[in-house]
Amino acid sequence: MALTLEEVDHIAALARLELSADEKEHYRLQLSAILDYIRKLQELDTRGIPPTASGLISATRLREDEPRPGLKRDHLLANAPEKEEGQFKVPPVFDLDGGR
Amino acid sequence: MSKPANEWTALTLTQACAAIHKGEFSPLEFTHACLERIETLEPRLNAFLHIAGEAALAQAAKTDPASPLPLPIAVKDVLTVENMPCTCGSKILEGFVPPYTATAVKRLQEAGAIVIGKTNTDEFAMGSSTENSAYRVTHNPWDLSRVPGGSSGGSAAAVAARLVPAALGTDTGGSIRQPASFCGLTGLKPTYGRVPRYGLVAYGSSLDCAGVLAQSAEDAALVFSLMAGHDPLDATSADVPLPALTLKVEGSLPLRGLRIGVPQEYFISGIQPGVERTVKNAIEQLSHLGAEVQQVSLPHTEYALPVYYIIAPAEASANLARFDGIRYGPREQAESLWEVYIRTRGRRFGAEVERRIMLGTYALSAGYYDAFYGQAQKARTLIRRDFEQVFEQVDLIAAPVAPTTAFPIGAHGDDPLAMYLEDIFTLPANLAGVPGLAFPVGFDENGLPVGLQLMGPHFREDLLLQVAHAYQQTTDWHLKRPPIDNK
Repeated sequence: MALTLEEVDHIAALARLELSADEKEHYRLQLSAILDYIRKLQELDTRGIPPTASGLISATRLREDEPRPGLKRDHLLANAPEKEEGQFKVPPVFDLDGGR
Repeated sequence: MSKPANEWTALTLTQACAAIHKGEFSPLEFTHACLERIETLEPRLNAFLHIAGEAALAQAAKTDPASPLPLPIAVKDVLTVENMPCTCGSKILEGFVPPYTATAVKRLQEAGAIVIGKTNTDEFAMGSSTENSAYRVTHNPWDLSRVPGGSSGGSAAAVAARLVPAALGTDTGGSIRQPASFCGLTGLKPTYGRVPRYGLVAYGSSLDCAGVLAQSAEDAALVFSLMAGHDPLDATSADVPLPALTLKVEGSLPLRGLRIGVPQEYFISGIQPGVERTVKNAIEQLSHLGAEVQQVSLPHTEYALPVYYIIAPAEASANLARFDGIRYGPREQAESLWEVYIRTRGRRFGAEVERRIMLGTYALSAGYYDAFYGQAQKARTLIRRDFEQVFEQVDLIAAPVAPTTAFPIGAHGDDPLAMYLEDIFTLPANLAGVPGLAFPVGFDENGLPVGLQLMGPHFREDLLLQVAHAYQQTTDWHLKRPPIDNK
């Protein structure tokens, strides 16, 4: 079952990726081939089998929920492409025209 | 008897530590020797993304020669080291300098280790050849026209060429074991949660493991024992005591009483004859050492690849959502926030990362979640149970690491599925969370190293290392060096 270009558009939007028309067609074919391969999984009977979410969870331990020192704000901001007054700076979040 | 300086880098990590402890040379002199070797050979290998020569020398000058690990190591560029660039092989983290050090690295530094640089990797550790790095292609020291494997290919090339005595890697689906096999090294992927993930840039969080690539089981055991243990900064790190890792070999049948299972599903039609022959010879050698070898079955092995390529991309699509041009890395300028996101990500992620993000997004999207992600999580349970059942019959499993030896650069071109098949023998251990060890057991007809993989029950890294050590005491494959000094 091949993906359609509309499906690729939808996935790319969900994943926040801007793709050229060539890339979309290229990924459409490659992802279709990979999905065909992994559909092999549908043949497996998993009725009554519980899911596994992690490599190992039985041996873990949570730390006490107590305040402790974290990383310094200026260190965390040091890598920001734009910042102002100790905060990350971004273009307008509510944009009536440019947004989707 | 002391060796001349140009032979120091030929020592294993354990030997070099002993020589420093005895005062034959200092951590600073040894670091100098490694940097000189890097200067000579790195132009042919492209193993590094960042070489911290001056910082390493400054650190080496302060290092206590009596510390457990007073020598330089290299670190795969998906583990953070404070004040040292960390790109994950991606343009989306170009220029990023992390403000903290990964726990695994910090523990080694506290034991005396000097970080000499960051090694090349497939972008965000997604790949099996290191060709997916956005910066450079790393060459295999055994044959410069071939890949070193991946994704920890930079670390593997650096250790194989003896630029450093050991290097850290990460393994989500085989990324330590496969390059170790391709480069003739001993590579340990510990039990999931054994080595903390704090500071390991997340790809597939339920699968990611930090580990080590070294020249011998003894070397790997030393580095592993210093990194392992619970970390309050990683809620998934295991709180299980580490057994003593003093590797010793007694008598002529040191493996007597050990039961080794050979899974029939790992000897399939796609495996190269040279790999199959060499792996079977190595298993034969283990039985000569006293082990009792029997065939076992891991019946859901054929589903590991489809399970992995749903779960890992699903987790990646969530983990890599943080790279959006807001908090770190470069930003593609645009009028709206939406355009900043899609342009920064669309222009700065490479093709394999985009493919996996899209695959994961699809598998998690409305209408497909149960059929893909839900089904994969249930199949993962069946794969885990396969291992549990086999470990009721045998102490450990012996199998090939990969179906092939190192392949030529560019061989898989733009065919992602062909590349994914490289990992069919290593993915199951990640899905089950069990430890895996690769070590060299011979060469194929082209003179390329072949590895054997051992897998054991959760937290039995000691058993894997002990068996590999016994093998290495009676063979010398792990001491063979690539012909890179002859050119």
